[in-house]
Amino acid sequence: MAKLIVDGIEIDVAPELTLLQACEAAGAEIPRFCYHERLSVAGNCRMCLVEVKGGPPKPTASCGMNVRDLRPGPNGEPPVVLTNSPMVKKAREGVMEFLLINHPLDCPICDQGGECDLQDQAMAYGVSGSRFIENKRAVEDKYLGPLIKTSMNRCIHCTRCVRFTTEVAGIAEMGLISRGEDAEITSYLEKALSSELQGNVIDLCPVGALTSKPYAFHARPWELSKTESIDVMDAVGSAIRVDVRGREVMRVLPRLNESVNEEWISDKTRFIWDGLRTQRLDRPYVKADGRFRATSWGDAFATIATRVTSTAPERMGAIVGDLASVEEMFALRELMAALGVASVDGRQDGTALHPKFGRASYVFNATIAGIEEADAILMIGADPRREASVMNARIRKRWRASGGKLPVFTIGAPVDLTYPHVHLGSDPAALQHLDAGALDVLNAAQKPLIVVGQGALVRHDGLALLSLAAKLATEVGAVTEGWNGFSVLHTAASRVGALDLGLVPGEGGRDVAGMIDASAKGELDVLFLLGADEFGAQHLGPNTFVVYIGSHGDTGAHRADVILPGATYAEKSGTYVNTEGRVQLGNRAAFPPGEAREDWAVLRALSEALGRKLPFDSLAQLRAKLYSAHPEFAAIDTIPAADPQAINTLATLGGIVRPEPFVPLIADFYLTNPIARASKVMAECSALARSGHSIAAE
Amino acid sequence: MKLSQVAKSFLLKEFVSGFFLAMRYFFKAKPTINYPFEKGALSPRFRGEHALRRYPSGEERCIACKLCEAICPAQAITIEAGPRGNDGTRRTTRYDIDMVKCIYCGFCQEACPVDAIVEGPNFEFATETREELYFSKERLLANGDRWEREIARNIAADAPYR
Repeated sequence: MAKLIVDGIEIDVAPELTLLQACEAAGAEIPRFCYHERLSVAGNCRMCLVEVKGGPPKPTASCGMNVRDLRPGPNGEPPVVLTNSPMVKKAREGVMEFLLINHPLDCPICDQGGECDLQDQAMAYGVSGSRFIENKRAVEDKYLGPLIKTSMNRCIHCTRCVRFTTEVAGIAEMGLISRGEDAEITSYLEKALSSELQGNVIDLCPVGALTSKPYAFHARPWELSKTESIDVMDAVGSAIRVDVRGREVMRVLPRLNESVNEEWISDKTRFIWDGLRTQRLDRPYVKADGRFRATSWGDAFATIATRVTSTAPERMGAIVGDLASVEEMFALRELMAALGVASVDGRQDGTALHPKFGRASYVFNATIAGIEEADAILMIGADPRREASVMNARIRKRWRASGGKLPVFTIGAPVDLTYPHVHLGSDPAALQHLDAGALDVLNAAQKPLIVVGQGALVRHDGLALLSLAAKLATEVGAVTEGWNGFSVLHTAASRVGALDLGLVPGEGGRDVAGMIDASAKGELDVLFLLGADEFGAQHLGPNTFVVYIGSHGDTGAHRADVILPGATYAEKSGTYVNTEGRVQLGNRAAFPPGEAREDWAVLRALSEALGRKLPFDSLAQLRAKLYSAHPEFAAIDTIPAADPQAINTLATLGGIVRPEPFVPLIADFYLTNPIARASKVMAECSALARSGHSIAAE
Repeated sequence: MKLSQVAKSFLLKEFVSGFFLAMRYFFKAKPTINYPFEKGALSPRFRGEHALRRYPSGEERCIACKLCEAICPAQAITIEAGPRGNDGTRRTTRYDIDMVKCIYCGFCQEACPVDAIVEGPNFEFATETREELYFSKERLLANGDRWEREIARNIAADAPYR
């Protein structure tokens, strides 16, 4: 630890800290544009100048100088840093004047207006006028794809975007070319950025040079009401902030959560919001003669009640989709239990995971923050870049921290993970007979991480592969005291919650594949879908009466006989459990459109119409029931302990592994759920990705 | 009662002075005007009916910065914005002023960076129904076109004091 006096306050900090961090630790505020905690230090904006005694007799960029670089005084006094001396004030005013030489000052038409670092700091540290009378320079706007709008006149060359795309996102597609007055940020070839994390440069840009294209000009930050919530686009459960104006969600921004998403979110999370407005189910519908007829809630419930009361419980079933919250899954489970229906499945993708093996068998035991401790990684049938983009950034961060030495092995369909990895094979044989070199590396590792993706688990031999992976994990010492490297990567926000609730077929019940089979054979008469769209509704038999509870008119709703309109994640308060098993609470930001209601309320009302009234009338009562049945859901933002013994049990299961190669689980990153499929922006991104990012600007 | 008061009341001093005051005004020029055929003078700073102005090229000035909406103490202004179809510039798709809510404080024209929203010299826009006082963007632009000469003259007259 090194002693330091900042503005007269003596502090003791780690010597590897920068002066800027030390000053912040002492409570001093240092303005900055280019410095960012999660990016490398560039030191090119010069806004963070401070005066250092025991250093050079000039202002020093505090972001670029370490505490250990300072010399003590002649009698061994600690070095002195001044952050508000006349020299610093003058230096900041000078830097601000220089930064504004070429800045257009078009704040009234700039989307960053009201939340702009340059605007704020010009007010706080700048002077009122400029001595420059020359013309401002003009820079051509660049094309960066359908998500990011550029206005390069406003750029102050902090290079945060360049550093983010190369360091965190792992795409070397942006750069600063030329120098002096000719310096420009460019994408070199005028191509759309190919990263799934590119939207984060909008937040990073301290000025309005990079702004959100879909959000362009639509709202001002001061007219938005902000709600903190949880993302459901993937199983990472990123912390988000939903900004709403009136009834409409205007944008989604990331929130800081060090243990999950740091401060990044994927593009699907960020730009999904236009899908919340389109293709919405806003009133109940009943299908008559092959056409949907808008109707009232009472009529829709009566239609369902007629069918359900005349059907035996074993000829009924329920499937839960990817975006459902724990509350509505609990309500569905209670309703199905009351009806005596055993065919309930919360795994619409047909994954082999099952709660009977124990919680450690189906969560990401290593935790997302734990990735930073892993020293060797093996991925089986997983593509974290598409299945959990933010987590992939975490693995890349670990790889960078290791100096590019982190061994990463993959088994499965070939993937581009943005960091180097050794592809051991595309079929399960590569796992059965693991490459000797890879096995040595995993054996030698202190904290090996075995990631099992849904790409392996949704296969018919998923359980055998899961067992094989567990066996490998125990053999290489991935499951030890204080480290559990056996980690299942989920792709659906609802899945871990469903498994925690035990939403799997009961005694004599059918799973999803079994229900589709039974439906085709005419043995399934009533099927409830809770937002389930991706399980293969087109294979259902014609005589199955399908009740769809959900928010969007997608495949499930098309096949339905009765549609009960529900709410999206932005319109309801719900508990979600992410792939680590972390329980998180999302909040309501807006209201569902038209007559749509929150899903648990729909199920509660339906239960009354079916004569099996559920014992709760409000969300608070539902939660009380839920927490008494499953106390782990009451502990928000924590990961309930999972017994690693489950992995040993898994390892002994065995099973026959089939030789077919793995296939990619996510065919199209941008179109994985009903909200994304309703979004125009996502459709545009998807088309661009399919065309290989080759569309350049006109 | 004092003697001076008695003398005043007997000599009708108040009556006489009141009579002369009335006579003085009787022969003075009349301040009343024959409204609506005659009108009083208005300051260039008069804050009357709102108008949205255009540039001489015909391009609307408003750039949808929403500062007027933000500053409006009565929250009478509602703006929705977006990129304009033909050239992608920042424009309002809706600009409504609820003239019933408006308190004519003039903050909107003070906040406007491009002199788009102004309070013109017109004060004669009384209506028979409330609905007619919910001004839309079309109405405000039409006001601007109708009053542009007077508004420009007022702004020019007030310019030296800004």
